[in-house]
Amino acid sequence: MSKKVAFLQGNEAAAFGALYAGCDFFAGYPITPSTEVSEVLSAELPKTGGKFLQMEDEIAAMAAILGASLAGAKVLTSTSGPGLSLKQELVGYGCIAEIPCVVYNVMRGGPSTGMPTGPSQSDVMCAKWGTHGDHPAICLTPASVQETYDEVIRAFNLSEKYRTPVMVMPDEIVAHMRERIVFPEPGEVEVIPRKAPTVPPEQYKPYDTSFGDVPPLAAFGSGYKFHVTGLNKMQDGFPTTKAEIVQAEEERQVRKVDANIDDIVQFEEYMLDDAEVVVVAYGSTSRSARYAVNVAREQGIKAGMFRIKTFWPFPDKQIKALACKVKGIVIPEMNLGMCSLELERCAQGKVPVLGIFRVDGEPINPDQILDKIKEVK
Amino acid sequence: MSRYELRFSGAGGQGLITAGIIMAKAASIYEGKQAVQSQSYGPEARGGASKSEVIISDGPIDYPKVTQCDALLAMTQEAANKYSHDLKEGGVLLIDSDLVKNVPAGNFKTVAFPIINTAKNEVGREIVANIVALGAMVALTGQVTRENAEKAVLSSVPEAFLELNKKAFSMGFEKALAASA
Repeated sequence: MSKKVAFLQGNEAAAFGALYAGCDFFAGYPITPSTEVSEVLSAELPKTGGKFLQMEDEIAAMAAILGASLAGAKVLTSTSGPGLSLKQELVGYGCIAEIPCVVYNVMRGGPSTGMPTGPSQSDVMCAKWGTHGDHPAICLTPASVQETYDEVIRAFNLSEKYRTPVMVMPDEIVAHMRERIVFPEPGEVEVIPRKAPTVPPEQYKPYDTSFGDVPPLAAFGSGYKFHVTGLNKMQDGFPTTKAEIVQAEEERQVRKVDANIDDIVQFEEYMLDDAEVVVVAYGSTSRSARYAVNVAREQGIKAGMFRIKTFWPFPDKQIKALACKVKGIVIPEMNLGMCSLELERCAQGKVPVLGIFRVDGEPINPDQILDKIKEVK
Repeated sequence: MSRYELRFSGAGGQGLITAGIIMAKAASIYEGKQAVQSQSYGPEARGGASKSEVIISDGPIDYPKVTQCDALLAMTQEAANKYSHDLKEGGVLLIDSDLVKNVPAGNFKTVAFPIINTAKNEVGREIVANIVALGAMVALTGQVTRENAEKAVLSSVPEAFLELNKKAFSMGFEKALAASA
């Protein structure tokens, strides 16, 4: 039997990807340009016994998904720039209390209400530094409708595997454009379940590191009782200020991601073998970059592209290696130079990093990138 | 690689985004090609400038927006003025002859007929003007067959309006052929 295909928007694909991953609880507050996720899930979730809640605001929506996740649900919220700002206190709560959840955020120009209908990539730093304190951060930046579907599934898997919030951040172009999508059959794509406790309720501790850096998480209502707080906590979940415990716990939370970077970081290399100029790009901008690289090659310029799929953790290792190999790095992005700073950090002054920064609500076109490629000497 | 670029432009509320979606669906679901549809619009629901872009190709499509337009539909004078400049040499411009009085000059073929009027008076409902325009674009661009485009139309509109849309599509297709002959 041939597989099911459809012609969908990125946002619609995200909703169906969430359903494939087993999402059974969504809470959100509609906001352009991410509203289609809510539209699809409000129709689809009730069909399979899932819950859809439209909350009074973005903060409440984030709180609702954390609560539902603690009760054993696989949870999603969707929002855009200003909504992501509002959610940040509770994103931090999800990080310290180690609650799996997926935040789908269609980036939007800012600060504040910015430009609701234009494309932007200016939320990428907010994915890592939006909430205060040291914490793990995982953020995926898909570049097509199919990849949005696939990456939402991967986001659920990563959030369950590492017991931490995961963000998926398309830009408006990816979120609103339509492409053909092929749906995988059930079982075709791995769906990682939450690690359940193997001890009886009376022995259970929600942060018991004898089970490793990612302790099993019991579901509220299943007979396991435990304490959850935003304060630094001990293994049983109750607050502590004991120096050695706080230090060890903070380090463990960050280590969950840092020690597994190769499992989390995904990227695409395009024509890099003999490349002298590398365009580093993510999201829809990578599609302009690929076009520009193809034209550059036709003109005899040895250009290639490194496409970031996992924005956080940042692909430090790969960029450092590239910086030793090429003559220059070009970074087109729809913000005033956010990824650019990370590239400069990784390049350590070995090669120039040339930015194309656009925040006028228009996409970066291939010609602009081609011109910049030609500036690399 | 064959890359064919279409732009449907006019005012919000004219159904141009839908027309673009159906064209792209015809190419990617029924014609076996690849297609990407994207759009841009202002914050207002109706009346502001609206455009829908479709890229059709035999291979993977990278940049999803128009670089040099092969075929342009302009349903307002403003859209005709704004977008006709990046029409390719030898491209095609389709305009509503009642709405675009100052026909842009250029090295492209211009086809004109009263699109909205056709929908209103010959098909019977103004609301299907976008499908009349779509039928015309299908005829003028040759990127998808008439049959595949019609399948895409019928799978995209409410069941109660299948006949109305079928009629609108055929009328647009025929009128464009006659107007460009």
